[in-house]
Amino acid sequence: MAVDTGRSAETAADGEHHSGRGRRGTAKNGNPPGRRRALTGQLGRQLSRHWYAWAMITPVVLVIGLIIGYPLGRGVFLSLTDADESNVARTIGVNEIPATYDFVGLENYTEILSDSVFWDRLGWTALWTVGCVSVTFLLGLSLANMLNRQVKGRSFYRIAMIVPWGIPAFVSVFAWKMLFNEKYGILNEVLDGGGIDAVPWLSDPTWAKVAVIAVNVWLGVPFMIVAMLGALQAIPDELYEAADMDGASPWQRFTNITLPGVRAVSSTVILLSTIWTFNMFPVIYLLTQGGPGDNTEILVTYAYRLSFVNSPRDFATSAAWGVLILVLLSLFTLIYRRALRKQGEVW
Amino acid sequence: MRTQKRSRPASVGLHAGLLIGTAVALFPPLWLLVTSFKPKSEAFSTALVKDFTFDNYDHVLADTYFLDWFGNSLLVVLGTTVVGVFIASTTGYALSRFRFPGMRPLMWVLLITQMFPMAVLIVPLYNTLATMGLLNQPVGLIITYLTVAVPFCAWMMKGFFDTVPVSIDESGRVDGLSPFGTFWRLIMPLAKPGLAVTGFYTFVTAWAEVAYATAFMTGEENLTLAGGLQTFVNRYGADWGSMTAAAVIIAVPAAVVFGFAQRYLVSGMTAGAVKS
Repeated sequence: MAVDTGRSAETAADGEHHSGRGRRGTAKNGNPPGRRRALTGQLGRQLSRHWYAWAMITPVVLVIGLIIGYPLGRGVFLSLTDADESNVARTIGVNEIPATYDFVGLENYTEILSDSVFWDRLGWTALWTVGCVSVTFLLGLSLANMLNRQVKGRSFYRIAMIVPWGIPAFVSVFAWKMLFNEKYGILNEVLDGGGIDAVPWLSDPTWAKVAVIAVNVWLGVPFMIVAMLGALQAIPDELYEAADMDGASPWQRFTNITLPGVRAVSSTVILLSTIWTFNMFPVIYLLTQGGPGDNTEILVTYAYRLSFVNSPRDFATSAAWGVLILVLLSLFTLIYRRALRKQGEVW
Repeated sequence: MRTQKRSRPASVGLHAGLLIGTAVALFPPLWLLVTSFKPKSEAFSTALVKDFTFDNYDHVLADTYFLDWFGNSLLVVLGTTVVGVFIASTTGYALSRFRFPGMRPLMWVLLITQMFPMAVLIVPLYNTLATMGLLNQPVGLIITYLTVAVPFCAWMMKGFFDTVPVSIDESGRVDGLSPFGTFWRLIMPLAKPGLAVTGFYTFVTAWAEVAYATAFMTGEENLTLAGGLQTFVNRYGADWGSMTAAAVIIAVPAAVVFGFAQRYLVSGMTAGAVKS
């Protein structure tokens, strides 16, 4: 919730007094046509009134424009060409070789969409995202629920359980890679002790999928616990007391008070973690390199593979994959927001 | 928090659940730590340390490029954090306090950039950095990481500044401070928890980033830690001993920073939800 202090700041800055209404009016209506003087005058006024705000946002606008806006535009352009390692502009020694790639229109897209590789990867990416987010959410919610009670050692439990968050993901992934080692890893050693055959964690397509999801859940639960704990603590105790008076069972209290109470926060964290998981690169890239075969390759890692692992590097197709990922995510976000709005969520 | 009496089985179940959660959360990093003190040949023994040794650490620090990687990472992370937090906080302040033309579009852009997959940007960024001669340069990575960290941090800082009473700004102006003066002298000191959280977020993001670092930095001495760690365990061979020692050294600074920040982190993240 922002407070409009622009007015008083602006009075201090240019010594003039403007009413909030009038200011908004000028900003919205723009310039009346055919009045250059008025136009420059207005621009000048706007500038003297807002220059400090604009000065404060300039660095971020520059960063976003130059390093997100420009590459994004170029990425879209590249996806419409046949650029690859052999025909982009490059420098070899002192020779500058100019780019020789051609504009091919939507060819890359039709090729990708008519190929089963994309749909296979999309299917697994969807499964990966839904699997990771739902398990992470359920675990996070139940653990937060347990922590949100008077229990001995509460702060120890809480700190211990957010430890995975404090370790860089790539370090944790390597730790898991060691645990998952098929011949000597401790997971299989323990199973062996229990008389169970070794599990080919990372070399069997199905187990590899289980393994990457497990690791991602392990990485994601701490964030979920903290977010849900915050949401749970915001629910007033009186609601539970009133429910107790009415003789509600624990399950009834959970479904009628706890769940509605955490809904606003849940919808946000679920959206966030869906987007993060969809684009989660390190877990899969480092744990299985997308393997075995390309069984655990999600869209993002596959796009990366196209331009940085495979040879020759196929920049155009990779960019087209990237654009498709962006389109998918935007669609998802739109639909999700619309669904939330229908249910009366405010944001 | 509720304070009702629990039955004995419920209590046991509660502790059992929490203990299992704790064990699962702690085991992988602890096992990494334990393994790092074992001789290379015993990297995969299930026993706890039998012959305690620092060999792995010696080897990693003395015979590999680890210190170079560490230096590269540190440079990149500090650069990103200092620049990122600063420009995110000025933006957050402008968004929180002023109404100006271009504000709504900016907020939308900040929101939208957060869901940009790096897959869209990585190829053109690679080409752009290549033409600017910034591949293999820490500066190139700093610029890249700013795009990841800044939009989110600006949002968070806006949230924090929203919780700082406007009356403080007003009293600053009454005392004759300019908007920048108010921001720098009055508001920034009050925003320390927010700065800690965004700084922490930026630090962790940059310290743990893998994709850009792997793609943009080549040559053993130019890698960051994320790239360097991959060289120990890859498809050509596995030096688990060195990997564990390096991993521990990488995890410790992150864990320390996290330890300092987590109090703010938790209160910061819940600030929006908990009425105070």
